[in-house]
This record gives sequence, C-alpha cells and structure tokens, in this order.
Amino acid sequence: MINFGYTLPSDRQIVYDKNNRETATFLRSKEPTFNSCIQCGTCTATCSAACFTDFNFRKLLLLVNRGETFEIIQELQKCMLCGKCLLVCPRNVNTRNILLNLRLYYAF
Amino acid sequence: MKSSKKVVTIGGGIAGMEASSFLAAMGYDVTLLEKAGELGGHLAKWEKLFPTMRLGKEVLNFLSQGIYENVKVLCNAFIERIDRELDDFRIYLADGKVLEANAILVTTGYDLFDARKKEEYGYGIYDNVITSADLEEFFSSGKEIRTASGKTPASVGFVHCVGSRDQKIGNVYCSKVCCVTAVKQSIELKEKLSDVKIFCFYMDMRMYGMHFEALYKEAQEKWGVQFIRGRVSEACENSDGSILVKVEDTLAGRPMRLTVDMLVLMVGFVPSEGTKKIGNMLNLEFGPNRFFKTRDQHVLTNVSNVKGVFFAGACTAPKEITHAITDARAAASTIASYLEQNSVEKRTI
Repeated sequence: MINFGYTLPSDRQIVYDKNNRETATFLRSKEPTFNSCIQCGTCTATCSAACFTDFNFRKLLLLVNRGETFEIIQELQKCMLCGKCLLVCPRNVNTRNILLNLRLYYAF
Repeated sequence: MKSSKKVVTIGGGIAGMEASSFLAAMGYDVTLLEKAGELGGHLAKWEKLFPTMRLGKEVLNFLSQGIYENVKVLCNAFIERIDRELDDFRIYLADGKVLEANAILVTTGYDLFDARKKEEYGYGIYDNVITSADLEEFFSSGKEIRTASGKTPASVGFVHCVGSRDQKIGNVYCSKVCCVTAVKQSIELKEKLSDVKIFCFYMDMRMYGMHFEALYKEAQEKWGVQFIRGRVSEACENSDGSILVKVEDTLAGRPMRLTVDMLVLMVGFVPSEGTKKIGNMLNLEFGPNRFFKTRDQHVLTNVSNVKGVFFAGACTAPKEITHAITDARAAASTIASYLEQNSVEKRTI
C-alpha cells in the first residue's frame, strides 16, 4: 500500500445514539437534582479549582448527560470538594453529592 | 346607563386605573383606593418604556383621562378592615370613611425585589452597585450618570435575574420584564455616554414580546452591547471603587473576571406588601410563588377564590404594561358580567 499521508479523521460529533449514558442514569437515581441544571455557569464562576485547572463542573454535568464520559476520571480528580458551587446554584443542584457519587461510580 | 352597583378597586396603578375607567364607562359606581399620594404606581417612576422608548408619562396621561371625573379617587387611603355581608362588602378606612361594595377588584401589584438579599452582589455594601430602579431614577431626574466618586463610568455591567429564577432566595419564577429592561437601559446609557462599554450577563435572553428581539438586535448591532452568557456568582469591590465581576463565560467554557465601573442589578418582581395585606384581610388564596392564585390559569384569570372579589394586573403574576392594561379590561368585563348576575364560571350565551 502506498502511504499518501492521508488519514481518516476521528468523529468529533456527539453520537448520542451510540454513547453510553449509564453514568447519567446512575446519577439521576442517586441525586435527582442532576436533572435541574440550566447550564448558567454560576458553579464554575465560583469554583476554586477552575481558576487554576481546566475543571468545569457545568460542562462535566452536560457531558455526562450526553454520555461523553471518556476523560471523566481525570476531571473528577481536579475537584477539591469545597462545596462553594452548592451555595450559589440557583436551581439547588446538589453539586457536591453529584461529584461524590461520580467518584463512587468510578470507584476511587 | 347608570347602575346602582358599586365596585371598589384597591390599588391605583396601571391595572387599577384602567379597570376603574372601564367599569365607570359601563355605568357602575366605582371608587378607586390608592395608598400613595397620587395614582400611577410604578409607572410614574419609569422614564422611557420598552420596546418603543416612548415616555412612561404618555401612558400615564392616557390612563388618567377622565378618571377623576368618572371614578371616585381616594388617595392616601389606608384600609383597616373589610367586612362581608352576604354577597356585599363594607370597607373601613383609617380616616373613618366606610365604603359599600357589591364587588371588589384587587390591583395591589408588585414590589421590586430587595437586592440586598443577594448579598454576594454587594448592593448596599459597594457604592457602585445599583439596581435597575436606581438607574431609571438617573434617567427620570435627568442627573448625569456618575459613579459614587463622581467619575463618568467607562464600563457598566448588567446582571440579569436578580431575585428571579433563583431557588436560593425562594423565587423560582421569571419576572419577564428584566431582560428587555436591561436591553432598553443599555441603549439609553449608550445614547447618553457614547464611549461606555456595556456588558449584559444573562442565563437566557427572554425576548418574548413583539419587537423585543428587534431591540436586542439594535443593542448588539447599533450600540455594540456585549451579551455574555453566564450567571454572575459574585461581585467584589476593588480599592478604586470599581467592581470585579466573577462569571463563567459559558459559551467559551471558561471562568471570566471582568472589571466594571458600575454594576446594575436587574431586580425582579415580588408580590407587594399590599398584596399580602389585602389577601390576608379577604382570605384570598396565594399561589406557590406568593402572588394571588387565580381560579383557573387559562380561563378564570381574573377570578379569586372569594365570591365578588376579582384580580387584575401584577398581583397575580409579573406583567409588563401592555399585559396589565389588557388584564384590567378583562377584569372589568368579568366584574360587569358578575354584577349582571351571570355565572363567571359557566358560559350561558
């Protein structure tokens, strides 16, 4: 085979039909306020970890909901569990409990 | 055609004025009670109105036409007690007057949310954090827009949803008018201070009304107002008195820090003190958001749980001026129907 230097790019789309959304189902059963997020970003605006790392709780919740959980373990390690996000959420999402349950689910 | 039937309207804002005029035009004997020294309610405090930028005074003048000739207007009226006798009411005022009524229209309206309750935004703590009502006061009084230290602000931020859509302070509802008011006030600021940079921090831009979207587009295209999608988590004061805003720019997906010379909090609606007081006096039902509960959300929107007592305006939910006026006219026709012995619940055409 002659190598022309071309490759097939990997798919960037969120393939919702194929994605495994079990994490979201698990979280919903453990912490129903998981469903209440309106993506306002107040949690991330106040987040201590987000100032220094690329941790973004809002985005994490969204990606879990879409079944995009490939890099989740690295993400979970960035949270310091300070709980400030819990204080500011206008929808009373129990952010801390969501994070603790994610840690349990991925067992570390 | 004059009728001997008496209606007492409680609250002389937009809805109370318009409904009273309509009922008087239908021939009823109408008394309008207002606790303040003059009619107009909140409308008297707004200089220009969205989305047309016409003067609030013009609308107030329209509503005032003929009202003193056709309606008995009692200002500085303080209700002490309301008694019920069969289907009629007797209203006792603090000055000793006693009014008879065959029907009562409650138009007790709203108060603005007390921004000090959102302590993280610093209203009442930092000098350069003001509310949308304070900014409107600058506009109506014709005062120059200045920071607390007397400087012309080079940048102004608008925080949407202060006291609205927020479970932490117990108000889960949308106040409807604040988004478009922020757009309106941004444009007015740009007209007065052409160099000022304006940032609106929003969760959703709720441009529900006809022409609201056009005003939003004008703010972007003509005036360069920056709309940043993210809810402000807190505001802090810098040593020079400017305000540091913490927000996530959710569309960029990163936390953001931004300094403004002035921060305007878009305060929402809460049920007024008068709404609470009159509601308790008449045993009216309150809904989950503490506004009055209407008998039905679609078809009995002016009817209360108490026979002979009706609602109009912002005492049942946040409403903009147009909606308050149409609601007042609907209440007037509902009351007329009731006074002519028709059922308010069943159609008997």
